[in-house]
Amino acid sequence: MSELFDTLNFLIPLIIASMVPLSLVALGGLFSERSGVVNIALEGIMVMGGFVGIVLMRTLVDSGLPLQLISLIGLITGALVGVLYAALHAFASVTMKSNQIISATALNLFAPALSVFIARIFYGTSNINLGGNYTIPEVPVLSSIPVLGPWLFTNAYLSTYLGIVIFAVAITFLYKTKLGLRIRACGENPQAADSLGVNVYKIRYLGVLISGALAGMGGVIFVLSFATRFQGTVAGFGFLALAVMIFGQWKPRGILLAAVFFATVRVIANAYTAIPGLQNISIPSEIYSMLPYIITLVVLAFASKNSRAPKAAGEPYDAGKR
Amino acid sequence: MREKTWVDGLLDYFLNSSTAVKVLASIIAIVGGLIVGLVIMLILDPSRAFAGFSTILFGLFRNGTQSIGNMLYYAVPIILTGLSVAFAFRTGLFNIGATGQLTFGAFFAVYVGVNWTFLGSFHWVVALLAGGLAGAFWGMIPGMLKAFRNVNEVVASIMLNYVAMYFSTLMVKTTIYNQSVARAFGPAESAQIPKGFFETLTNGSSLNYGLFVAFLVTAILHVILAKTTFGYQLKSVGFNRDASRYAGMNEKRNIILAMTIAGAVSGLAGAIMFLVPGRFLTIESNLLQEGFTGIAVSLLGLSSPIGVLIAGIFYGSLEIGGFYLQVTTQFVPELIEIIIAAIIYISALALFFQNIIYKTLKKRKDARLEATHE
Repeated sequence: MSELFDTLNFLIPLIIASMVPLSLVALGGLFSERSGVVNIALEGIMVMGGFVGIVLMRTLVDSGLPLQLISLIGLITGALVGVLYAALHAFASVTMKSNQIISATALNLFAPALSVFIARIFYGTSNINLGGNYTIPEVPVLSSIPVLGPWLFTNAYLSTYLGIVIFAVAITFLYKTKLGLRIRACGENPQAADSLGVNVYKIRYLGVLISGALAGMGGVIFVLSFATRFQGTVAGFGFLALAVMIFGQWKPRGILLAAVFFATVRVIANAYTAIPGLQNISIPSEIYSMLPYIITLVVLAFASKNSRAPKAAGEPYDAGKR
Repeated sequence: MREKTWVDGLLDYFLNSSTAVKVLASIIAIVGGLIVGLVIMLILDPSRAFAGFSTILFGLFRNGTQSIGNMLYYAVPIILTGLSVAFAFRTGLFNIGATGQLTFGAFFAVYVGVNWTFLGSFHWVVALLAGGLAGAFWGMIPGMLKAFRNVNEVVASIMLNYVAMYFSTLMVKTTIYNQSVARAFGPAESAQIPKGFFETLTNGSSLNYGLFVAFLVTAILHVILAKTTFGYQLKSVGFNRDASRYAGMNEKRNIILAMTIAGAVSGLAGAIMFLVPGRFLTIESNLLQEGFTGIAVSLLGLSSPIGVLIAGIFYGSLEIGGFYLQVTTQFVPELIEIIIAAIIYISALALFFQNIIYKTLKKRKDARLEATHE
């Protein structure tokens, strides 16, 4: 019995660490798509946000500021950079009515190339070391709660708590505010929204910029949680988040469930040798790694007839065609 | 009365030819992309920026025929992935899965290249075809999903890219793994695409018969699109799927065939990339960039096979420039990727540029007409 708890105490923090950035970035994708703009640039936005955030954090480490404050600054910086970078996608897809896939592909290619280019010039290598351990060893009092203590409050990341707050705020915003309703309307039926006086262009900008903020922050969280250095990539995590969004059927609750599931699979892929019961069944880690993508394909194949995808996502809005 | 001059003729030509305006938009994208590269160099290292920039543009002319050979060597896989993206695009499909098809093809080509040494002098041909077949299979999947289940081919291809990447890693590890260097074995010498007379002609560059494959595929796709009923149907489905069905065309079959052919071409690209000495399949989890560069080349080439061929060769010259950039200045070749990304972004805005070009030309023509009447 205690062995089971040991395993869970080992696995669940890892699953949470994967789940937080996955669900936040997927939520970013949701905001963009629900406003009517397909955003497959999540990967590139993550790289850009992660790059600038980590560079700033590394610079601040020497200043002697508390590490958690630095990580907060890093996360906010990542979000801001994400907003700026996503603005390029919004400009192309909303203002210029361009092909959203092409614009996003350009952003996905640009971010890793630029970050590696700059890192090589300034650091002489494409690897940027974090220069610190940003985990919170123990949250006072809370860490002694049985079961939850070791899962949520020991060796935890600031981003986990921040992520939970952001997720709650974002859902409230999307479903309980006027602006949230407008975002959803612009992805479903922009003509109707426009006829009621909603500025479709502005709302779509808002959707894309929010997705930039979430993906940019997700990039910083990714590096903090899974790596000790930044190497100009988030290893397909942005596309995995896209799969989470689709598997979650463009709904926050669905995203949460999908994120739990995909995060678990991801952890098994990376740590199955340490899991009793799995280490004897020799399924290669690649099988686990490709599982989320295959499952998403299967879901798409069997659910596309009654898909929950926003109806107007991917279509540039042209007021003249109303 | 003012005589008509060559300027009027030129204006008329551009105003009457949408292709000419589009080509102009492509050139704007290239110039814009290069400017982005220059600005980034100027910001980061002004002292070397112009030296670096001229290396990118003129690096091609450094080493005579050898550079020309290497330019074509770099261009071949990109021409093929570009053709793959362009061909699907003509059927109204966005093949973002070129990288997955390429990876899938590359694995099977190398697998045959390592193991089937009994084939003798046919070895490299069979390995090449294995890559094409595997790529075709991987392209067929999103085609079928699109045709029968109405799954968006972009999303399906993105998922398949990662499945192909992990599949290749897994298969390399279990079948053709070179333990001591932690990567795949290279293909046997008989499976390497021959260099033939290019060896002496281009002064020992890496160029091989892959170039003929690129030419052949360009010609075949051009003939299919321009001269056959099948090609006409593909384009028709691309313009309007519903109308094509109404006209009695089998749009499902056409979608599947278009994606299968696109996949085959990407698979050939993968085979050509890895059936050479000195390049090995790795077990790193990275998508191969060549599939995405194909999107840039396809956009610049206006999705026409011959346009893609020209744009691909231009890409090859950039790549050579990037090589010398690293050798002669401290800039790293990632700058080329930055330029490519900027070119794709500006190409996305192409419609806007086309309108601007058209309006400016129209204005100039009107002004000249007015001057004539005065």
